[in-house]
Amino acid sequence: MSRPIGPGRLAYLHIRLGVQQELQYRANFWVQVVNSAIALGVGIVAIAVVYLHTDSLAGWSPDELVTVLGVHLMVGGFLRAFVFPNMYKLMSDVEEGTLDYTLTRPADSQLLVSVREVELWSLIDVVSGAGVLVWAVSRLGDQVGVIHYLAFLVALICGSVILYCLWIVAATLAFKVVRVDNVMQMLSGIYDAGRWPVGVYPFWLRGGLTYLVPLAFAITVPAETISGRIDWPWLLVAVGFTVVAFVVARLVWLWGIRNYSGASA
Amino acid sequence: MTTENQFSLVRYYAAGARTGFQRDLQYRMATFMVLVGFLIEPVVYLSVWSAVARAQGGMVGGFDEGQLAAYYVVWTLVRVYNTAFDPKAWEWRIRQGRINTFLSQPVHMFHRDFSFFMGSKIAWTILWIPIAVVLTLVFRPSIEWHVVNVAAFAIAIWGGYAVRFLVLYVMGMINFWTTRGAAMFGIVSALELIFSGRLVPLQLLPDWAESISTWLPFRWTFQFPIEVLIGRLDATQIAAGIGYQAAWAAGLGLLFTVVWRRAIRRYEAVGN
Repeated sequence: MSRPIGPGRLAYLHIRLGVQQELQYRANFWVQVVNSAIALGVGIVAIAVVYLHTDSLAGWSPDELVTVLGVHLMVGGFLRAFVFPNMYKLMSDVEEGTLDYTLTRPADSQLLVSVREVELWSLIDVVSGAGVLVWAVSRLGDQVGVIHYLAFLVALICGSVILYCLWIVAATLAFKVVRVDNVMQMLSGIYDAGRWPVGVYPFWLRGGLTYLVPLAFAITVPAETISGRIDWPWLLVAVGFTVVAFVVARLVWLWGIRNYSGASA
Repeated sequence: MTTENQFSLVRYYAAGARTGFQRDLQYRMATFMVLVGFLIEPVVYLSVWSAVARAQGGMVGGFDEGQLAAYYVVWTLVRVYNTAFDPKAWEWRIRQGRINTFLSQPVHMFHRDFSFFMGSKIAWTILWIPIAVVLTLVFRPSIEWHVVNVAAFAIAIWGGYAVRFLVLYVMGMINFWTTRGAAMFGIVSALELIFSGRLVPLQLLPDWAESISTWLPFRWTFQFPIEVLIGRLDATQIAAGIGYQAAWAAGLGLLFTVVWRRAIRRYEAVGN
């Protein structure tokens, strides 16, 4: 009997398969290039118009605000490439009763439902976001050092994990109410609020965007880190929040599959 | 067209609108969630521009915080009236052969879609009211109410719907020639976002950009109805704006008629 495949290799194999499937549709690359250019262009226009009328927005300079745009594009690209397609597949599997085929496999079900689909071309947003980020950071000069780059990596990983946890918790609701696509659409809409630092928003909204839909940790904190504005305790809070989010998501997932009776039986 | 035919068309519109109304009230939770999703965008813009106004001593581009709030609260209603048949949905309609059924009917599918969305807006308006109350309590918009403005708004918001519906319908015709129209729709949507007043009131754009917006249809579908209701336009400007809407609707209607004839000649039915 061969040894079972580890979680890392299992995820790698699924993602590789997803990438190979996407490579069949190369024309979509150009559509995505245009869409990414539009998203970037609109983001830059919005920032440029704001700074036609002011020198500082909630304490952020134009170049610092461009780092928020860069992180927003990067994390958005990650969500569209890896998280959204898997969550929509999960919801449709629950609705059609085909999730049973995944749950009966001899591997962790949460891992399996999280790596089955890849929308490769959405990674173009990650590349364009990184490009914007490099440009903005190069203009910030001495206020960014090596420690900020390292901390940025930590903050970016934490932010991506937090958003994955949020989406899998929302998708897990499908076990109870089946049609949660409107909730997912609403979350996608809320994600757009991350294009601006949460400090811009009124107090009540800032609270919601920090603890309910934690865009503060997912986008603002990484942007603050890479632009050298970070209050270091916030990075620790972000790491702690990530751990809590992951544990909660895991518990919700286990609760979901315990309550799932299957629709195909 | 005979009087009998005209009467039939009115009844057809009434039936189409009733169907749209009932469909969206039947799935009111789904509709409500979409409306809540619509809220995020104006709340973000309002927060950003209120922060800018505060940094500038309370005013930006001729708007104080109360007027900005008024702009973006009315924004949410105009956004509801700006929804229309998506050009991307034409691709699905053609690919699936769904238009075959409509082509065999005695009334043009334009009337079916237009009336359906009209009815749907009535349902959405009902669900929008509690949202507007909450927004008003939270953001305290300042609007000077005038009967004339409210009456003109009732015309302008439907005029805006008609123009936007036609813009999207004409764009949808592209799908008869290519299945890769998505990139083009994305570009037009981005232009619309900037030049309609949806991203930011047009007075806050540079002068040259505001001038361009006058010659595109988008301003007349979006910012114009908002400005009518919040009282930023005088009677002459309101009359001119409704004139622009009528001109765009007539021009786009004519364009649609020409393009439709060519498109339908290219179409080959597959499947049902």
